[in-house]
Amino acid sequence: MEMDINKVALLSRIKLDEEEKVKLQNDLNQILSYVEQLNELDIADVEPTSHVLNLENVYREDKVIQSEAYKEVLKHAPDIHGSYFKVPKVIEGS
Amino acid sequence: MASDKYETVIGLEVHVQLQTESKLFCSSSTQFGAEPNTQTTEVSFGLPGSLPVLNEKALEYGIQIALGINCKIAERLKFDRKHYFYPDLPKAYQISQFDMPLSYEGYLDVTTKDNDSIRVRINRAHLEEDAGKLDHESHSDGSLVDYNRAGIPLLEIVTEPDLKTPEQAYAYLTLLKSTIKYIGVSDCSMEQGSLRCDANISIRPKGQKELGTKTEIKNLNSFKAVARSLQYEIDRQTQVVESGDRVVQETRLWNDAKQKTVTMRSKEEAHDYRFFPEPDLVPFTISREKVEELKKLLPELPQAREHRFVKEFQLSEYDAQVLVSDKKTADYYEVCVNSGADPKKASNWLTTELLGILNARKESLENCKVTPESLSLLLQMMDKQVINGKIAKEILPEMVETGNSPEDIVKDRGMEQVSDTGLLEELAKNIINANPKSVEDFKLGKKNAISFLVGQMMKETKGKANPAIVNQLLQKTLSEM
Repeated sequence: MEMDINKVALLSRIKLDEEEKVKLQNDLNQILSYVEQLNELDIADVEPTSHVLNLENVYREDKVIQSEAYKEVLKHAPDIHGSYFKVPKVIEGS
Repeated sequence: MASDKYETVIGLEVHVQLQTESKLFCSSSTQFGAEPNTQTTEVSFGLPGSLPVLNEKALEYGIQIALGINCKIAERLKFDRKHYFYPDLPKAYQISQFDMPLSYEGYLDVTTKDNDSIRVRINRAHLEEDAGKLDHESHSDGSLVDYNRAGIPLLEIVTEPDLKTPEQAYAYLTLLKSTIKYIGVSDCSMEQGSLRCDANISIRPKGQKELGTKTEIKNLNSFKAVARSLQYEIDRQTQVVESGDRVVQETRLWNDAKQKTVTMRSKEEAHDYRFFPEPDLVPFTISREKVEELKKLLPELPQAREHRFVKEFQLSEYDAQVLVSDKKTADYYEVCVNSGADPKKASNWLTTELLGILNARKESLENCKVTPESLSLLLQMMDKQVINGKIAKEILPEMVETGNSPEDIVKDRGMEQVSDTGLLEELAKNIINANPKSVEDFKLGKKNAISFLVGQMMKETKGKANPAIVNQLLQKTLSEM
């Protein structure tokens, strides 16, 4: 399996120079071919694992607990306005 | 427009907020209108070490709606991460459901105002969390972000592309909303964002199998806007195709002020959401006993109630649909009929007269001073000819204003209908004598001359004369002349 380093970089919003692209393309391809060994197994009758723990149906009760976490988070924000976060204007698609 | 050459294919995606106290995966409040970002937790922000845990109530509400729209409930479900980068998404992924949704293969049977009936199949209804809210307008140098909405439980309901007209889309949304409101798990307020709708639409030459290129319409703030934007897109796409161009696959925003759709983004660079199973949440098994239990909690839903109204009260399908679309109106109606009112009359007087008055006063049935029993009494007084329809229409606004019973109002104002034949006969003679021209007209065969004389009689009795008796008397007296 070949992966397209340009696409992965775009999706991850990471800027790479040409040298890095070559190196990472190589690394990632090696990782992929290592994982590809799994294709040798016949898994036709195996249900895909969506979770590694042997656990299911973990719920919480519908109960409100006020958290103060936002105060700490706002303190770390690069820019705020009142209790809003303020971010560069990004209109989707533009 | 050569629109009869083409047919339209419409699919709708509705997001409805499930009215839980706390969010889908954490204990933040879901209350509308709080200070920005105060209703968030470590989980909302996806901080390291925090773990989402499913709100059981949200799952139950979701199952109830899914059952209400005739969906099958999955035995096993899981959640998945949907990735995209945008400031409304603090974790850079949304927890949603990809290949094992909560429910699937449902349907709603809808009828439009013009009696056009269609079964709208529902592809799936799945749980997901809402994103935050961006304000691009208040500041020129940046956007403001409020994550209070991030993590609020939503059920996304996706139809098959079964809808063919804007009217069908409108009827589907109306029935979907009233069904959810009957179940009582969402207030479905488009203003507060607890119900949102996106539409997919394409056209194709009649008879063609494969679908045309679709556009997705967003920013729809009312069901009327949905219908109008769809009509706009039908006209626009038809024009594009007719002029030999290609419809571009894109997202378009409805501009309500300009009543048109405008390009938002092109799908050429389609999003790659990279779905994968949410490792922070375990899978869920939904027992059939649980589904049955939740099914038992469902009230009679609007569709079933509509059918019952047609059968039990001999109403037209449309009248029944209007009555049941709002649960409170339908409840009011049933009490009114059960306390003795004629079903057909009760339907007309409730939906046209009473709701007309209330709308003009910007009031609702909920706080209305006229009880259903009291409206029933008014209608029965008409049936027993204590008052006529004209007087009843005069009394109703007073009942709305004061809450007094129609009996008291009629007594106080001396409005009882005059059915005393002797008295009316006397009056008829006087009127006939005073209007020789009309009598002449009548003899010449002008049948409507009599309506003028009836009008005079009503005027003389201040509208209280029994119109049937007046008519009869005049006919008789004139023919004998």
